[in-house]
Amino acid sequence: MPGQVHNPGGLQKDLMATVIVTGLLVWLMPMLISTYTLTVLIIYGMLGLSLGLIWGFGGILCFGQAAFFGLGAYSYAIAAINFGESTLPMILAVLVPAVVAALLGALMFYGRLTDVYLGVITLVVTLILFKFVNSTAGPQYVIGKARLGGFNGIPGFQTLNVPGRPEAYIWGDAYFYVCAVLLALVFVLVTVLLRSSFGRVAVGIRENETRMSLMGYDVRARKTILFAIGAAIAGLAGALFANWGEIVTPSLFSLGQSAEIIIWCIVGGLGTRLGPILGAAGLAYLKFLLGQQSLVDNTLITGLILVLFVLFLPRGIVPAVSGLWQSRIGRGRRSRRPQTRRGAISRERFNG
Amino acid sequence: MDLSFVILVEMLYAVSSLILISAGLAVVFGMMKVINLAHGEFMMMGGYATITAVNLGVNIFVSMLVIAPITVGLIGLIVERLVIRHLYGRLVDTMLATWGLSLFFIGLATMIFGNTTTGISTPIPGFAIGNFQINGYNFFIIVVSALLLVGMLAVLKSTRAGLIARGAMQRPDMAAALGYSPNRIYMATFFCGSALSGLAGAVLAPLVGLVPTSGGAYIAKAFITVIAGGPSLIAGLFSSAGLFGVVSQVFTFAISPVIGEVALLVAAVILLRLLPQGITGKFFKGKL
Amino acid sequence: MPMNRRSFLSTTAAMTGTALLPQAVMASDTIKLGSILDTSGIFDAYGKPMDMAMRLAVKEINAAGGLLGKEVEVVAYDTQSDMALYSQYGQQLTRQDRVDVVHGGILSASREAIRQTMRKTKTLYFYNVLYEGGVCDGNIFINGVTPAQQVEALVPYAMGKSGPKVYILAADYNYGQITARWIQKFVAENGGETVGVDFFPLDVSDFGSTIAKIQAVGPDLVIAPLVGGAHLSFFRQWAAAGMKDRIPLASTTLGVGNEHKVLTPAEGDGIMVAYNYSQELDTAANIAFKDKWSAAYGDSGMIHELAVSNYQGMLTWAEAVRQAGSIERAAVIAALETGLSIEGPAGRVTVDPKTHHAVLDVHLMEIENQGMRVVETLPQRQPIDTQSVCDLKVNPGDNIQYEIEI
Repeated sequence: MPGQVHNPGGLQKDLMATVIVTGLLVWLMPMLISTYTLTVLIIYGMLGLSLGLIWGFGGILCFGQAAFFGLGAYSYAIAAINFGESTLPMILAVLVPAVVAALLGALMFYGRLTDVYLGVITLVVTLILFKFVNSTAGPQYVIGKARLGGFNGIPGFQTLNVPGRPEAYIWGDAYFYVCAVLLALVFVLVTVLLRSSFGRVAVGIRENETRMSLMGYDVRARKTILFAIGAAIAGLAGALFANWGEIVTPSLFSLGQSAEIIIWCIVGGLGTRLGPILGAAGLAYLKFLLGQQSLVDNTLITGLILVLFVLFLPRGIVPAVSGLWQSRIGRGRRSRRPQTRRGAISRERFNG
Repeated sequence: MDLSFVILVEMLYAVSSLILISAGLAVVFGMMKVINLAHGEFMMMGGYATITAVNLGVNIFVSMLVIAPITVGLIGLIVERLVIRHLYGRLVDTMLATWGLSLFFIGLATMIFGNTTTGISTPIPGFAIGNFQINGYNFFIIVVSALLLVGMLAVLKSTRAGLIARGAMQRPDMAAALGYSPNRIYMATFFCGSALSGLAGAVLAPLVGLVPTSGGAYIAKAFITVIAGGPSLIAGLFSSAGLFGVVSQVFTFAISPVIGEVALLVAAVILLRLLPQGITGKFFKGKL
Repeated sequence: MPMNRRSFLSTTAAMTGTALLPQAVMASDTIKLGSILDTSGIFDAYGKPMDMAMRLAVKEINAAGGLLGKEVEVVAYDTQSDMALYSQYGQQLTRQDRVDVVHGGILSASREAIRQTMRKTKTLYFYNVLYEGGVCDGNIFINGVTPAQQVEALVPYAMGKSGPKVYILAADYNYGQITARWIQKFVAENGGETVGVDFFPLDVSDFGSTIAKIQAVGPDLVIAPLVGGAHLSFFRQWAAAGMKDRIPLASTTLGVGNEHKVLTPAEGDGIMVAYNYSQELDTAANIAFKDKWSAAYGDSGMIHELAVSNYQGMLTWAEAVRQAGSIERAAVIAALETGLSIEGPAGRVTVDPKTHHAVLDVHLMEIENQGMRVVETLPQRQPIDTQSVCDLKVNPGDNIQYEIEI
């Protein structure tokens, strides 16, 4: 089952399942939804996964995951304009957010900031980035050949090409396959990471930070690294998004975008790898569908969904469905799922 | 000379408006450890309540100071009964639920009032200080927020309700054991917090163009102010609003409004890095 | 970008388009018109009336027997004021719905988000919005007022009524930055001096310190290309500080989304503007248009500059289809490039073949009692800003937004 990262000895089975499911989806989904739309759902899925990793497994609630998404997209766009070839920009789009996150993470975790205060810092950093990029419309804001463009963003950069051949663009269906494969790869990497001792320690830190540090683990360094890994994934998603939309705008950094990522994780299910991906893809598709009607205000529906989920399905869809599945087929005794313990965690925090 | 006085007034105004927009959030957070992310939308509804009342012929001060807080307070009460009370003790869940509510209210307001900017004009004329014209309404906001702080202090310090509230804030279990239902205390607190948000939105409405998404402009600032203030309700609110208001105005005058806003945010980052529990986590401990 | 890439992309785009849709729409018996506007979210004050104008135009066209004997079918998407959805629906319109023409986009950012998609998929695109000028692309037709058409007239008029020292407050994005430069140019040309320029991001709503700053500088005139609801606060705070009778105001944007109807007469009266349309235009065409609008929607109070632009864009396109006798893109573009004209609610609108922009009337106006009183009409102004950099006759493959050097 998707949620069971700790299930011993199942790495190979897990990998097999990932490959098979990815293959099936890549084959079947284009029959239902156009590949162009699917591509962005995949990208959002990756973005959801990036927060799902650090929040669901590391206990780091980041209000500013969009900052890394935007940084990835902007790094890509700026580098692509300057280099005219997409390989190095793709790498930069992963590295820049990771480095920024490592610095920010060090600032926060070595300052022993936790829960709400962590949220405020990440939120504030996102706001600063947003305000800065948003006010760069003037001609003086240039990096190499790239104008930052302020509110209007940067259009017209080199999009993804076959490495080394700037004229061989990867786009349309091919781009869809690239994104799907990349998401599968990231998913596998996350799986391997969570199965490694690093991943298990990370979950340990989520459950009880003091205990882990007393056991001799350097909690601060580990949280910083995990935070940077999450940012790298978000950065990759950002670069893919830039290629997909062929324009980057400051709204990528916006608070609304950050909040949306949080909702994806909640609705999909925290503490699972699949939940945030499904939550992201599902809700983004819903938003897309809602745009085609004008009967009820779309914001109202999004809000209602969020409220209802928090009230009635606080663990999210994936854990709820897998729970239902397990009890149905009588495997209830193995119910030690690493389900989300958001409620429990926050209660602890405030009593402690 | 005139200019420096004008700048002083602008600074006082910046501090006051920060206090005003954060008060409702601070009450709810301080007392209940609930972060109400729909706070900005409560303010927005306060603004709409005022404008609607004024358009119906009610006196503007009555609309702002009475009708708006009560309307929004009642909406808050409904929200508390329907949603928040199921989520006490789950900080992150309440944040998410209230964030959903904020979207819901934006949608609702859009369906009712449309997205066109509306507004009313300020009831107080501008006046001259030397060669400078200054917005008379700024003084009104300074006075309102000063009265607000004093009022909150008086209620918490010298009334029975305030005593119970403080008790419930520090030891909810003890308050419950003494027979004060936390349920009802929380309900009353949320009503007051919402009413304060409504008041803030109402009082600021004549200064800005109101749209259903107006609340978004306040929530981040209010959130930062409250968290940076730390555990003490009034001392925290006053100290962090004072700090951020002055910092942002200094940079606004020296450079530009954008830099002013960024300076506020940078100050918040530095502050929380140095004082992870907020200002009153270190200073003014045990004060209100 | 090199030419070969575009042709490569557009051919493959057409191919994948068909591959994606096995049930590919064959030569249909309707003409499909794509519309892509923010009819919800923060920009819907602009988008909703534009959408209404588009539907009104389609209704009229169909009531008159359609185009080329076919009915016009609307495929409309609400982009919810989200720039990412523009890319998405832009693709949807061109690759899945396979529309014959697209009208839409409001902010410059939204136009740039879909312009290349339209070009690649060879879908004719109309952008019917007042904007900063400079877009040079053979696939797009723009009928909004550009800075030269508007600012060139507004600046001398406003300076004549006040004095030579001008302070500029502009929205901090592409439009505001470029417009501010145009204002500076025309201020200098008219013998004035720009004493200050401040830019404000779209979410700034507190102008107290700025108002104090302006007073410290002491200009004769303030020109404010400010955009959106938050910036509306400036006009309110300006009046609240009692500045309105001290320093006159002019704006290049106030009223485009009917903002002047939100300000009270005390706050708005006397602000100088210049646009293509005003509800107070006393012409037969405008009165007839307002009647049609009232008949369709009950109240004509929602009509604004952008709605009329969108309506005129629809009329222009319909006329071109009629003249071309075809909905093929090349034929319609050829018909448009003959420099065809239509008579819209705001007067005659003529396509400028060189730039694909519009030649139209601009009215100098003053806001008065929540309306825009026409002071002077400047007939048939050329988009000289874009004309100075863009010539699609000479260079038909051009695909760039020029930033005009001043």
